[in-house]
This record gives sequence, C-alpha cells and structure tokens, in this order.
Amino acid sequence: MTQVIERISATQPPEPSSDTTHWREYFSFSTDHKVIGIQYLVTTFGFYLLGGLMASVIRAELATPDTDLVSSDLYNGLFTVHATVMIFLWIVPAVTGGFGNYLVPLMIGARDMAFPKLNAVAFWIIPPAGALLLSSFFFGAPSTGWTAYPPLSILTDQHVGQAIWIFSIILLGTSSILAAVNFVVTIFSMRMPGMDFFSMPLFCWAILSASGLVLIATPVLAGAMILLGFDLLAGTNFFNPTGGGDPVVYQHLFWFYSHPAVYVMILPVFGIISEILPVHSRKPIFGYKAIAFSSVFICILGLVVWAHHMFTSGTPDWLRIFFMIATLLVAVPTGIKVFSWLATLWGGKLRLESPLLFAIGFVSMFVVGGLSGVMLGSVPVDIHLHDTYFIVAHFHYVLFGGSVFGIYAGFYHWFPKMVGRMLNEFWGKVHFVLTFVGFNLCFLPMHLLGLQGMPRRVAQYDPQFANINVICSIGAFILAISTFPFLFNAAWSWFYGPKAVDNPWNALTLEWTTSSPPHPHNWIGEPVLATGPYDYGVPMDEFEEESMFTGTID
Amino acid sequence: MQGSTIDSANVVELEHSDDATIAHTAEHHSEHPDLRVFGLLVFLGSEGMLFMGLFAAYLTFRAVAPAWPPEGTPKLETLLPAINTVILVSSSFVIHQADHAIKKDDIKAVRWWFLATFLMGATFLAGQVYEYMHLEFGLTSSLFASTFYVLTGFHGFHVFVGLTLIAIMGIKSFKPGAFLGGKHFGIEAASIYWHFVDVIWIVLFLMLYIL
Repeated sequence: MTQVIERISATQPPEPSSDTTHWREYFSFSTDHKVIGIQYLVTTFGFYLLGGLMASVIRAELATPDTDLVSSDLYNGLFTVHATVMIFLWIVPAVTGGFGNYLVPLMIGARDMAFPKLNAVAFWIIPPAGALLLSSFFFGAPSTGWTAYPPLSILTDQHVGQAIWIFSIILLGTSSILAAVNFVVTIFSMRMPGMDFFSMPLFCWAILSASGLVLIATPVLAGAMILLGFDLLAGTNFFNPTGGGDPVVYQHLFWFYSHPAVYVMILPVFGIISEILPVHSRKPIFGYKAIAFSSVFICILGLVVWAHHMFTSGTPDWLRIFFMIATLLVAVPTGIKVFSWLATLWGGKLRLESPLLFAIGFVSMFVVGGLSGVMLGSVPVDIHLHDTYFIVAHFHYVLFGGSVFGIYAGFYHWFPKMVGRMLNEFWGKVHFVLTFVGFNLCFLPMHLLGLQGMPRRVAQYDPQFANINVICSIGAFILAISTFPFLFNAAWSWFYGPKAVDNPWNALTLEWTTSSPPHPHNWIGEPVLATGPYDYGVPMDEFEEESMFTGTID
Repeated sequence: MQGSTIDSANVVELEHSDDATIAHTAEHHSEHPDLRVFGLLVFLGSEGMLFMGLFAAYLTFRAVAPAWPPEGTPKLETLLPAINTVILVSSSFVIHQADHAIKKDDIKAVRWWFLATFLMGATFLAGQVYEYMHLEFGLTSSLFASTFYVLTGFHGFHVFVGLTLIAIMGIKSFKPGAFLGGKHFGIEAASIYWHFVDVIWIVLFLMLYIL
C-alpha cells in the first residue's frame, strides 16, 4: 500500500486544493463541467440584467404615446438587441449550457462531460460574442427586430450594426451546436452502470431533446445568416426582390430555426420543473414515461410548425392548413406534461418554499402562454392578431412566465448544491411575489392592447392606448425592482448564508448524494444508485430511510 | 482494540478510494477517447443540416424563378466538373485505404494514402479555381450566379478544411509512435470528414450541373 501511494505521489502530486474549487477557476479556461455551468449561469444572468435594462428603457418610452425619451432609431435598436440578448445570450445558454452542464453529469453519475475542452470552448465563445453584439450600439445598433427580415435588413441604414448582429448570431449558434454535441454524446454514452434511459432523471430527457433540436435547426439559421451576410456585404440578391431574390425564403430558413428555438428555451425548463415538483411535494412524478416521450414528441413536432409565423407572408392556403394542424398538435404533448405535473402536485405534502413557488408560478403562467399560443396557431385568429401586442404578450408568457420562472425555480432549488450555502427564504418569497405581480401587471394587459389593434415595434402609438400602456410600464418597473431582492440574496448567501447540508431538500436524484458544493471530481469514490430518481413515499426499511433522508450532517 | 482494527480497515479503504480518485483525475479533465468518433459524427450530422438549409434555399429559388438559369446566362460547362467529381469520389476510396492501413498499424502506408488523397483534393480545388476564372458571370450577376458561387464556394471551403486536416495528420504521423496501438482518432477523423465533404459534393454536383 505504502509503495502504491509513493508511486502515485511521485508521478502525480495531489493538487493542494483538490477537494475544493478555487475561486480563480471561475475566471479561467476550466474544463470542469460544474465550473463551466456556473460560468454560464453567472455570465448569462449578467446579460439578462442588460437585456432587462433595455426593456426598462423601452417601457419607459412607451409610458407615453409620444417619443419623448429615446429617438425612434434608438428605440428600434433597443428592442432588437433586447430580444437578441434575451434569447441568444440569456435563456438558450442559461438553460442548456448553465443548468445542463452543471446537472447532467451529476445526474447520470459521470465525472464530467464527454468533451470537457470542447465544453470550455463553447462557453468562452459567448462572452466575446455578447460583447460584439453590444458594441453595435456604438456603430448604430441593428434595428430590424431580432427576426431581421429582408429586404429591410439589407437596405437598413445601420449596415455595420446589422453585420455585427449577423456575426454574433453565427458565433452564438456555433457555441450552441458544440454544447449540444457534448450533451448528446454524454447522455448516450456516459451514464453510470445500472442507469438505463428510463431510470435517468427527466431533466436529462429534456436536455437530450433540446440538444437534438439545436443540432438539427441551428445550422439552418447559420445558412440563413451566411446568405443574409452576402446580401448585406457583398451585394448579392438572395433575399432582395429587386434583384430577383425571394425574401420569403429567408423567413422559412429563419423560422426553421427560430421556432424550434422556443422549444430549446422551454424543454430544459420543463425538465427543471419535472425535477422540482416531486421533491417539494414529496410524491413520485406522475407519468414518467409520458413526460419523457412528450419531450421527444415536442422535439419532432417542433421541427414542422415553423411556417405558423408566416401565415401573413403569402403562404398558400394548403400550407397554412398543414402548419395550423401541426401547431395545434403541439398542445397535446404539452398538455400531457401539464396534467402530469398537476397530478404530481395533487395530494402531495407541498413545501411552499421559493423553488416550489416559482415552479407553480411557471406551470400557471406557462399555461396562459400555451393557450394564447393555441389561439395564435389558428390561421384566422393569427391573421387578425399578427404583429400586434397580443404576440408580445403571448411570447413573454412563454419565455418569461415559462422559461425565466423555471430558471428562478432552478436557481432556488440547486443554489445550495452549487454554492454550498442556503438562500434566504424570506427574500426568496419577496422576490417571487414581486416577480409574479410585476410580470402579470406588465404582460396581461398587452393581450388587450393587441386585441384592440396596437401594433408592436413602434415607439409612438395612438393616445387611445395610453392608459393600458401606463399599467404595463408600472408592471415592468416592478419586474425590474424584483431582480434586486434576488441579486442581493444570492450575493449575500454566496458568502454568508447558512451552510447547506448535502441534501437539504431530501431529494433522490444523484447530484444530492455528493457534498455541497460537490467535490471537483463529483464523488469521492464511486456514486451509488440506491433508488430511482422519483421514488418518494415508497416504503423502505428504517436503515435506508435514515441514510437517504438525513444526508451527511457532520 | 476491536475499534482500532476497524479504523485501520477504513484507512485502507480510504486510501484505495483516493487511489481511484487520482487515477480518475488523469483522464477526468481530458477528452473521452472512445467517444470522439461518435461526437464527430453528431457534429457532421449538424454540419450536414447547414448544407441542407442551403440546398433547400437553392431549390426554392429555382422553383420560384420564371427561368433557370435566367435567359442570357451562358450554360455551365460540365466536362471539367465531371472530371473533378470523379477525382473527388475516387479520393474517398483512397483515404479509406489509409483507414484500413492504420488498423494494421502500417503508418508508412497511411502516409502514402494520405499523400495521394491530398493531391487529389488539391487537384479538385485547383480545378474549381480554374472553373471560376473562366466563367462569364460574377458573384452578383444574377441570383443563379450568386447561388452557384456561394454553394460551390462554401463546399470548396470545406474541401480546404479537409485538406488541412489531412496535412496536419500527415505531418503528425512522422512523430515516432504517433497513431500506433489503436490511438488513431486523428487519422479516422480526417477520413470521416473527407467522406462527408465527398457526399456533399455529389449532391451539389447533381443539383447544380445535372438537374
């Protein structure tokens, strides 16, 4: 034995800080999936704050019918960059790169992702790409909306800004594809012995489905960006009708990615919710296989609904009917999930703390967004509501009421594991109430604005809409303020919060079987798969219960 | 005394697990060697979707246009591209031989097959440049011309990347012991990538010149 130890220490001296992660790691090209996950979450949250700042300026401008705060040009730039930041630099990288990287290896009992260096590369593309995008404000920000429809985006005055936008989208897409390759290979090939696909936590199914969508759809967006870039910079006419091009082709390519992108942003959050609800209601998940397969079904169906964004783009009737039916079908797997979640909660011992509050907030808000989605999926309604504030209301219910609520739920649930300290529960509840009230005050009235015909993407509007817009703006400011309790709570708890035990929620998935925060190699020794991920309330003998539910409080 | 026996047993146990942890560390933060081919295939599937998007755009432009190619555009010469196609497709078989050879650890044969593939690929690129120089239309002449240049150019870029990979692996193979004993992912990757470039070209050739 002594000889063995000597040999090992001779060849590889153990690092001095090998059982904790040094803070410098977080600022380095680290290949540890947990460090990368936290790098993603912190960086993207920073972009979220910037995007939120833009949103606040937008809502301040819209508090009155005239353009009295920012010029129309700047307003156009603000809503374009706001959307781009929120989609490409916040939700997509936070839910896949952030939570996915941190949790997938821990949940499947692996030491790391399949390709740790590739993982680090995928992350380190994001900060420069984000800085590039934001730098466009110095050259005239792109102002054609995050959809960048040609011919407007080709003929725009903000040539430089538009070109910067195209390059940053290509960079961010590349990062997203590299991360997805890693997830697919990791989930397929690195599960610990004894864990088959159906004993994997549902979050892994969700990440797998989302990665499939990224791999299939993102390259097509890159293709659209390449052609748009040629039109903008080299004088070709792919999408310019005056030169024989066809702008509708761009819309098809763009939405072939950008509709599935919605599912990339929401599927991992579905996974987060499927993890949180059983733990905090102390019940097994209802319909494991139904939830797992509905993720895959959404992934497949999500690839053939894109033209519902183009019902008013001269799409022929037969095609509109097809895309309408396909779109409405998405409600089926989504409904399966929602009902499974409700059945999980039903009769459970609910622990109404911040993670569950945000998770229930997610389910209720997402249902609103889903239902308005069903309305918009039908052609006649869409033709009436196209490009009105109803659309803005709809996708904010999906992306904020859905994705962002889910991300917050995930933050509250996994913060003790990631940081090793507990968040303050009181400020968590304050955060939830402010977010919930602010969000609904801001976006619920927008449905009404849309039905009354207020167009989106305008800095000036008819005075008849003024009153409702004031309500929306007040809601937006409450939403902005709601971020502060969370920020201070997170920052304070990171350093001074009460120490977290290994398993503060008495959860059964594997990430809770290691220390908080986990050892750099995830487990000292090998992880042990003692139960299924959701075997709550299953009778077991005393010994097991003891070891399972007390964690290791030394 | 009973206790101390257990303690010492635990110590041994702990040392064992430390041993295991340190052994893990060595491979923990590096690429997982067995999974790289799988990863490359997933990535190339995604890369293929990029071409699929461009192909779909091309076919739509073509279907919508009143005349394709537009009247007055000189017809594309097919002889040179056809020869080029034959060269590129056969190069796929040539690099496949390198794959065979490395499995027998025959690094010398790999170098020769790689050299042959490289020359064939370079001939293809040279042929394409020659074709570009003798075409009577430019990038912005018409939608037809733009799609032609962007599609072939984008594929040509991939050929260039493939050639670079082959060259790097060829040079690396002169390091003593390189790629031997089953550690030949680099050779395999270059050859898989080359097949990919080849398959894309076949589709492209059929669409642009034959259809």
